[in-house]
Amino acid sequence: MENAKIVENAAFNLIKQAVIYLPKDVKQALEKAYMEETSEAGKTQLKAILDNIELAEKYQSPICQDTGTIIFYARAGANFKNLDKVEEALTNATRRATKEVPLRPNAVDPFTQKNSGDNTGRFIPYINWEIATGDTLELTVMTKGGGSENVCVTGTLVPGEGINGLKKFVIEAVIKAGAQPCPPTILGIAMGGGVDIAMKLAKKALLRPLNEPNPNPEIAKLEKELFEAANMTGIGPMGLGGRTTVLGVHVEYAFRHPASFPAAVAFNCWAARRAAARIHTDGTVEYLTHKEKV
Amino acid sequence: MTVYHLKTPISEEEIRKLKVNDVLYITGTIVTARDQAHRRALEYFKEGKRLPVNLEGLAVFHCGPVVKKEDEKWVAVAAGPTTSTRMDIFEDEFIKNFKVRVVIGKGGMGKRTTDAMAKYGAVYGAFTGGAAILAAKAIKNVKGVEWLDLGTPEALWIFEVEDFGPLAVAIDSHGNNLFTDVAKSVEENRKRIYQKLGLQP
Repeated sequence: MENAKIVENAAFNLIKQAVIYLPKDVKQALEKAYMEETSEAGKTQLKAILDNIELAEKYQSPICQDTGTIIFYARAGANFKNLDKVEEALTNATRRATKEVPLRPNAVDPFTQKNSGDNTGRFIPYINWEIATGDTLELTVMTKGGGSENVCVTGTLVPGEGINGLKKFVIEAVIKAGAQPCPPTILGIAMGGGVDIAMKLAKKALLRPLNEPNPNPEIAKLEKELFEAANMTGIGPMGLGGRTTVLGVHVEYAFRHPASFPAAVAFNCWAARRAAARIHTDGTVEYLTHKEKV
Repeated sequence: MTVYHLKTPISEEEIRKLKVNDVLYITGTIVTARDQAHRRALEYFKEGKRLPVNLEGLAVFHCGPVVKKEDEKWVAVAAGPTTSTRMDIFEDEFIKNFKVRVVIGKGGMGKRTTDAMAKYGAVYGAFTGGAAILAAKAIKNVKGVEWLDLGTPEALWIFEVEDFGPLAVAIDSHGNNLFTDVAKSVEENRKRIYQKLGLQP
């Protein structure tokens, strides 16, 4: 099979895996939250979430009717063949998945308000490129729901306030978001760079598995502190009150300009859908996050 | 917490038994309505026109389902709730005029709706956001659809349901609103968080 078709098939499988099966770490975090929840209302919500996950797997249906915006992360080995065909392959995979899985058509022209009907359009599916050494292509898909997207925020903080300014920014974002992003959510947080860089890093941080803290121990400590603080809000599952408002907090950073302290908070709903695969030049595909056959 | 299984049509007396934090399952008929359907229904009422479906004692569901047609018959594929706050501007009149007993959605509703529920006897049942398959599996039959000219998400879908839920009773007919209570305690918790993190308000 030619290279482009292999990439298309792999991307199709990744989208299908992502929208039907939640990654193991997210499922485990939701199960743990259910076990530990003390609020009756919160517990009922978590039970419904777990039942829904099971039903989606059983009937091979998308977990949520909002199958999100399709975003790819492509880490391309410089020696991977036919890199110029990858974009087209990912677009074709998105069209096919929309029809065959099926997905809800979620790509709308902001000027004419017209829905393309197939989840593709200008810049969509969006591809985040990264060039690496070697000859493999590592593809990750995130299907990002609208409810959690609507509460993502960026800001430029006062550099003199330091990390305390960031902590305040995060807590206020969580409180303002309330029930809207379908909690328990995952928070991707980033500081530094510029506002665009911070949001890009924050969103990418949503892909990190929940059981992997930041390798920098100081940042890992900040993640833990913000995780506990966010869960102290008491917003709870679906905003009905309870112990679990967030399932995880991931912090990333870039160096900043002396006069600026850009910050970003990205939210992902409990249906935190992602799937990844590594494609080798010889055409073999290794699925990294999902063992389920699709 | 009490678990209720109610059959439509639901009477005012039955619905007034429910309190916040109770859990409700509905069997019978529920009808979807989002922004556009609410607006049109209220216009119909104003003009003295009858709605295509009598909503008395039924549940209205804030939902834009994913539907497909199989052999000329509609099937609900995924039918999770949408954010209810957008319907806050219509819901008090809607409850008053059409005597719906349950409003189903996610994210909660405000004071106007809470007051109307107390006055006319209705509750708000929060359905878990994203739990689209759980909802779809409780829909046994699509009994009909009206106002398809509004588009499939905005049309009135008439669903026959069996044990549709769990619905967390988040607003009852006695003026209690769980979302308002949570918001109040979040305000208190914010102070504790700031203190713990050593932040200045």
